[in-house]
Amino acid sequence: MLTYTLRRLLIAIPTLLFIAFVIFMLLELAPGDPMANMPLTIPPEVKEKMREALGLGQPWYVRFPLWLNQFFIVEPQYWIDGLFGTNFADGAQRIISFQSRSPVFDTIAQRLPQTLWVVGMSYVVGVLIALPIGIISAYRQYSVFDQAGTFVSMIGFSVPPFFSGVLLIVIFSVTLGWLPSIYDTTLVVNDWASFKQQLAQMVMPVMVLALQTTAQVSRYMRASMLDNLGQDYVRTARAKGMRESVVVLRHVLRNSMIPVITVIALGIPSIFGGAIITEQIFKVNGLGQLLIIALQGNDIPMVMTLTFLFAILIVLFNLIADVLYGVFDPRIRYD
Amino acid sequence: MPDGAMPLAGAASVLDVRNLKTVFRIRGGEVHAVNDVSFSLKAGELLGVVGESGSGKSVTMMSLLGLLPMPPAEVRGGTVRFEGQDLLQIGAEDLRRVRGGRIGFVFQDPMTSLNPVFTVGMQIMEPLRTHMGLSKTAARARAQELLELVGIPGAKQRLDDYPHQFSGGMRQRVMIAIALACDPQVLIADEPTTALDVTIQAQIIELMLELRQRLGMAVIWITHDLGVIAGIADRVMVMYGGQVVEHAPVKELFANPQHPYTRALLTTIPRISGARAHRLTVIQGQPPIMGAAPTACPFRDRCDVAIPRCAVENPPRFDLGGGHDAACFVAKGAV
Ligand SMILES: Nc1ncnc2c1ncn2[C@@H]1O[C@H](COP(=O)(O)OP(=O)(O)OP(=O)(O)O)[C@@H](O)[C@H]1O
Ligand SMILES: [Mg+2]
Repeated sequence: MLTYTLRRLLIAIPTLLFIAFVIFMLLELAPGDPMANMPLTIPPEVKEKMREALGLGQPWYVRFPLWLNQFFIVEPQYWIDGLFGTNFADGAQRIISFQSRSPVFDTIAQRLPQTLWVVGMSYVVGVLIALPIGIISAYRQYSVFDQAGTFVSMIGFSVPPFFSGVLLIVIFSVTLGWLPSIYDTTLVVNDWASFKQQLAQMVMPVMVLALQTTAQVSRYMRASMLDNLGQDYVRTARAKGMRESVVVLRHVLRNSMIPVITVIALGIPSIFGGAIITEQIFKVNGLGQLLIIALQGNDIPMVMTLTFLFAILIVLFNLIADVLYGVFDPRIRYD
Repeated sequence: MPDGAMPLAGAASVLDVRNLKTVFRIRGGEVHAVNDVSFSLKAGELLGVVGESGSGKSVTMMSLLGLLPMPPAEVRGGTVRFEGQDLLQIGAEDLRRVRGGRIGFVFQDPMTSLNPVFTVGMQIMEPLRTHMGLSKTAARARAQELLELVGIPGAKQRLDDYPHQFSGGMRQRVMIAIALACDPQVLIADEPTTALDVTIQAQIIELMLELRQRLGMAVIWITHDLGVIAGIADRVMVMYGGQVVEHAPVKELFANPQHPYTRALLTTIPRISGARAHRLTVIQGQPPIMGAAPTACPFRDRCDVAIPRCAVENPPRFDLGGGHDAACFVAKGAV
């Protein structure tokens, strides 16, 4: 298992380098000028200086290795320095945002907690709701509960977050006035009242994202349970005189979870993608919003870094999914 | 009257099935898989059940213990007397205690009958802990004993192995160990050797016979293979179209078969003794699928001695004396 994981990590390196190259070249080819938003009164020769200061004067085959060096070597050095007070980085040039002129990773570090809270929480909530729905739906196939579950997941699949989000805002913020429509990032949770406020402002974005997760995961869970409920070993478990709860929640569930766990792991990166829209709607200033603003402002280093981090997440969770498969299914051997 | 009470001479019966009827509700109708089946099993005896594919052998035995998926299956009538109670009437909890505790079940396909994600030891320990309330250590010790009993070398280490680490024959031994775990009164073996190759078949048959001698339980042995039955059974029950068409002590059945279907079956046994019997496909025509309760002899279309009466009336089981009965109007001694 360990050698398998290490081998997969090694294979991931060229994959990621290739992805980085493709993203870099795409952004290189994209039209748009980071100087476009500068006041027109700035003389052209000053503009040219600024362009060079941003590193834009160099051809791509110089800047790409430079970026790789910054991403894989310089930034981790700064990170380690920050953690242990060492001085590996030694003042090397970091990846700098065109817009804010501050290091990209500092901004990301500021934004990450909001996204993790909202996105992470919604994923956990979505999965926790989805699993029992899937289990009961399969066990009571075609019952009223199952039909209702099917209906809800159909909604989750077909209604995009920019619609369900706005709908929730109209109902709960505008009409009923129960929940705030804007996510207040400056809120500090230090007592009961602020905790309640934090909960209230998280409810809607979490629900919007969780609905999608619930729809997908509950369908997978149901299908997987149905697959397994018909298996011979289930009959054996019943013939052994096992309680129905043991048959379903031990024998069937343990087998059904194997494919579902992979689906859950594979879904984690894609939820960050979903957050882009949801964060816009609820004004959560997380990574999704950061990416949108960076795109609008031609902030290439920021876009490049965020997109590449996203690619890393996908590759990483693919690996995690495969490893989990081996952990949960004793028939899989990785040697 | 199909069958009626047929008092059996000698020992008291441990299991007594009367007029069992099982129906599958399917799209556009019903399948009457078991029609008025009656039989009894005496303490310590081995009852052979034969009949070609689809004759209702498995459905009959699974109906006894409520092991069929309901829906689509539905047990429409009959009584199953076992240890002073009617298994068709008692509650789910009581039935659960009988399953695996008092009546053990071995299924046809050992490759799929064990749960792939649990160790063999855990699967043997489950009924021990549930029915006998053994502690973990006691159950483990007993599980090891059972594996030794069914002839698995290195029992102690193999408890921690998963089913996929065992061959087909070894898995069937594990299934037998599970069925025997709680010292059942009755063991129902549904084609326990059909999925295995010939030499392994012989080993499993030998093992079952030896265990029966040692443990003194009654056995119901379902098979296609009349050759096997001849060597091991005390009594034989022949099934066709969901009914018992003939039933007799084993010597009597082979010496004096009265139902034309039994005679046809007997001609399909190969001459060379010890070789595996053919699947019973030599008889012309197909077994019927019963869309309704039979009103005529189900075998008449394939029968070479049919008389007009066979088409208008379903023959009851005529008592031919000496514990022999046959459901045929032209049987010697039938009225
Ligand atoms: N789930 C089901 N739905 C509908 N019909 C069924 C179902 N299970 C069994 N049957 C029907 O019940 C009849 C008896 O089947 P059964 O499995 O008892 O045969 P069998 O004698 O055990 O055959 P085999 O030797 O192949 O195991 C068959 O005609 C089959 O079509
Ligand atoms: Mg069968």
